Amino acid sequence: MITRRSLLEAAGAGSLLAGTGILVPRLVAAQAETQPSLNLSPALPEGTRTGAILDTLPGKKPLIKLSYRPPNYEAPVEYLRTDITPNDEFFVRYHLSDIPRVDAGSWKLAIGGDGANGEIRLGLDDLKQFTAVEVVALCQCSGNRRGLMQPHVPGVEWGYGAMGCARWKGVRLKDLLDKAGLKKEAIEIVLDGADKGVSDKTPKFTKSLPLWKAIEDTTLIAYEMNGQPLPHWNGFPARVVVPGWTGTYWMKHVTSLAAVTKPYDGFWMKSAYRIPLGKFPVVARFSSQETAVNTPITDMVVNSLITSHADGAMVKVGGTITVAGIAWDGGYGMGSVDVSVDGGKTWTAAALGQDRGPFALRAWSLHFVPKTPGKHVVMARATNKIGQSQATVLIPNPAGYHHNLVQSLTLVAA
Amino acid sequence: MRSIAIAALMTALTAFSSAAEERPVQLKQAPGLDKVESNCAGCHSLDYVPMNSPFLSPAGWDAEVAKMINAFGAPIDPADVKAIADYLKSNYGM
Repeated sequence: MITRRSLLEAAGAGSLLAGTGILVPRLVAAQAETQPSLNLSPALPEGTRTGAILDTLPGKKPLIKLSYRPPNYEAPVEYLRTDITPNDEFFVRYHLSDIPRVDAGSWKLAIGGDGANGEIRLGLDDLKQFTAVEVVALCQCSGNRRGLMQPHVPGVEWGYGAMGCARWKGVRLKDLLDKAGLKKEAIEIVLDGADKGVSDKTPKFTKSLPLWKAIEDTTLIAYEMNGQPLPHWNGFPARVVVPGWTGTYWMKHVTSLAAVTKPYDGFWMKSAYRIPLGKFPVVARFSSQETAVNTPITDMVVNSLITSHADGAMVKVGGTITVAGIAWDGGYGMGSVDVSVDGGKTWTAAALGQDRGPFALRAWSLHFVPKTPGKHVVMARATNKIGQSQATVLIPNPAGYHHNLVQSLTLVAA
Repeated sequence: MRSIAIAALMTALTAFSSAAEERPVQLKQAPGLDKVESNCAGCHSLDYVPMNSPFLSPAGWDAEVAKMINAFGAPIDPADVKAIADYLKSNYGM
């Protein structure tokens, strides 16, 4: 079967063939099918570039290992050429190192809190009695591309691959809250999961959502990902899915939902995952958690990624090449993706791929014939339906969130 | 405190061995490395150190060590704090 990916790989092999003879490129092409390319950005910290390796977690294809424990593994860019990311290519991100293998048979989800009328406990079979809902949604780490921040800020130094888009199936969080019964004083829903720190003094990774977001029709407790049970590394047996919002709220191995009547003040809300107030063009407000200077990160900023070519890729003068990639935002829908092949002087609207809903990745592509030998600087810029475009100047912030600088890479025509 | 750190390290290694294969991360041989290995590796693999280099100032590394202790409750022996910070500044700082 000819897929878009195999076409792109064939195009890549062809360009190598043109440049360096016959035997070597065939070997390169054969290896490329089994092992992805690291293709680390030169903008990453030197120590990140030295330490990052391809490594295979059980049940996964090789991913780019940034840290073993807790496991932080990102997808090579070539895994992001499709608008749905296969489960075994999906990135892995944990904050804390004690990650139990959860047994689906004994797993329970507790729904209660002081903002609920009582507590209920549901097993996986109980959960599946509620109306099943599906949504295609991108899960992207708040700190995706942190490693590209200038100046660098400490943390997991992600390149481009702390993101993946899946078809999630589960039940509405709202339906579960309705079953437990909410008091009118409830303002936030606190989310907890099974993973924790090695020391019992390490704050558990616990998050909260404003009630309005928790009860949106697309906010789910998901037990399936692309038609399969969730992989262990992505939250088996069930995780929270918050379409449009960054991955920090997508609690893996979820064990409890607690409605609360006061703002939740745990470390991961009060101190972590905050952005300066007023600097980013985000729409969704988390008012109960705002301070005079900062606010929890909420919806994703509009962004795009060129996936068809690596920086410095060789292409053929006079040949038609397809520059392609993906685009996304916080759920307002993709308006257009404009591509420049002359370093930003002129821009042309790319063709958009299938619309899988406002929370999904949107594929795009543009044909381009390099007419002259030498360097061609390719750039992509997404604009969403509410008129937001990618940043042209990086917005610095202490934790390195929301990197959506217009990407630029160089193709070398010969 | 040391016994807590070692106990934590054993717990972590036991928990991890059933999950994935962690290869040893060899940091630069220099004074203080033993303190880094015994105090830090219980809670996280040591690849966090080179990953965050070489861009942190001395004050930046002090802040990271303080964050591990104060925010994450790292069971670090108070007598080892300076040696750990000095090692990080000298070998992975700027």
